[in-house]
Amino acid sequence: MSPVILNALEVILNGLMAGVMYALVALGFVLIYKASGIFNYAQGVMALFAALTLVGFQTGQIPFAHLINAIFGTKLHHWGDGMNTFLAIILTMLVMILFAWLLEKIVLKHMVNQAPIILFMTTIGLAYFMEGFGDLMWGADIKTMDVGLPSGGSFWLEDFTRGWAAEGTEYYGMYIDVLDVWAAGIAILLVIALTLFSQYTKTGRALRAVADDHQAALTVGISLRSIWIIVWSLAGFVALVAGIMWGSKSGVQFSLSLIALKALPVLILGGFTSIPGAIIGGLIIGVGEKLFEYSIGSMIGGATENWFAYVLALAFLMFRPQGLFGEKIIERV
Amino acid sequence: MSEASRIGDTLLEVKNISLSFGGVKALTDISFDIKEGEVRAIIGPNGAGKSSMLNVISGFYHPQEGEVWFRGEKRGALKPYQVARQGVARTFQNIALFKGMSTLDNLMTGRITQMKTNMFWQAIWKGPAEREEIEHRERVEHIIDFLGIQAIRKTPVGRLPYGMQKRVELGRALAAEAKLLLLDEPMAGMNMEEKEDMSRFILDVNDEFGTTITLIEHDIGVVMDLSDRVVVLDYGCKLADGTPDIVRNDQAVIDAYLGVSHD
Repeated sequence: MSPVILNALEVILNGLMAGVMYALVALGFVLIYKASGIFNYAQGVMALFAALTLVGFQTGQIPFAHLINAIFGTKLHHWGDGMNTFLAIILTMLVMILFAWLLEKIVLKHMVNQAPIILFMTTIGLAYFMEGFGDLMWGADIKTMDVGLPSGGSFWLEDFTRGWAAEGTEYYGMYIDVLDVWAAGIAILLVIALTLFSQYTKTGRALRAVADDHQAALTVGISLRSIWIIVWSLAGFVALVAGIMWGSKSGVQFSLSLIALKALPVLILGGFTSIPGAIIGGLIIGVGEKLFEYSIGSMIGGATENWFAYVLALAFLMFRPQGLFGEKIIERV
Repeated sequence: MSEASRIGDTLLEVKNISLSFGGVKALTDISFDIKEGEVRAIIGPNGAGKSSMLNVISGFYHPQEGEVWFRGEKRGALKPYQVARQGVARTFQNIALFKGMSTLDNLMTGRITQMKTNMFWQAIWKGPAEREEIEHRERVEHIIDFLGIQAIRKTPVGRLPYGMQKRVELGRALAAEAKLLLLDEPMAGMNMEEKEDMSRFILDVNDEFGTTITLIEHDIGVVMDLSDRVVVLDYGCKLADGTPDIVRNDQAVIDAYLGVSHD
């Protein structure tokens, strides 16, 4: 095979991996949008907050240390060597559930039957609140995330593919980050688990029921408010997974929350209401932007990854506004 | 049809219910009771307050005045899902099904109030959650047989014709094994054959499961054949209350609803 094709293959593979990472974020949006019609602008910040909390627990940081020090003149920072990663993940999940519960009790219960734009504004407020709260709780410095996932290039793949190129060409094999492969595997497991849960359990059925028709859900005895707590907890869980993956890849810092913006075109492609759509949309965006950068990027000055996804989404909107898998909008007059 | 033994004590009683939306009075001082095991109809012209009454009973509206007593206890201002959990199931005039879900799934949602395993076991799936699922699935299959909707078990209900959707909605309400079944115009928009089917289901449900049924209906002939007792509403007030024969011969009812006679 010619190295050009092999390189293109490598780009596609990397695009798929990146796509899964986008899909991971988009998944959180879909969960909340389906169940409550809320476009949760704070999903990215939730991922950041979850990552901050996880690192905080892992390294044994004292929450609100700066605040406590400022008030009492103490010099607190850590309470020890931290804890086991697994335990830290469990604790972080508990924090995310507590967050979902508080959010419902304090904010969302006043927002029942409000217009979508008001709910959207609420989540913008929530995003900025959480960003500040996360900083206050764990400090604003950049942290590294290490949950024991392997990273770096895959030597196996490099060796395996080295011989593929035609004799006499300079080809050193494909490069793929092992972390990306892990992320892809975990994301796929997560989607399978979520799908099975929503198909075959009572709560899953209740979630789908609420997503389908609020009034009917109430009639069969489903409490919307407890479903919302569950949905936001699930979204918190997805945010935690996304936070771990993106945090391991590029560090835990403010820019982590901006991945939410990358999820937007994914949602437009896949449809706001479809879990498989989020995955396929992510893959299309991931592969699309990498291939575009590889093939055309250099001709038009590069850095096309910054905008390609949005332009693709815009083009898509003109032909299929409901997305690939979204519910078709039929307005009968 | 109406053997006295079938009908028991008072199951639900509304006392002096008044409901208004802003300045519009929907219900004024309405009182009546529903006895265990009976088929009770609420009839009246359009805008008489029939659906409002049903919405009060099922907790969607809360009246400004008056009380609802259920199984001998005064009920507070409950949310609809809490009313459902107490054992009141209902259908809607304009059908409120989960349109994207299959018939089977729709009926299974009706079982939600009866299912007890917690999130933890559901996530594990093996063990209690699975056993419970199978047990409830059997009940639902029984209802599917009863309503003769085996052929559409896996069909998303949004694709079904109107009459079938009405039947599925009845099935979902049945699945809840409620003490009190509220049917809001179960036969609206149906053809003759579908109406006959639905009437038979209502009577069979009442007979076989002993479920108390309260229904709103426009088709006066159907109502008189089906029900043990009838409440007549007009402009939010109660006009008459009693057996079909009494109501049929009540002068106020004849004037308001059946049309003023011209002889």
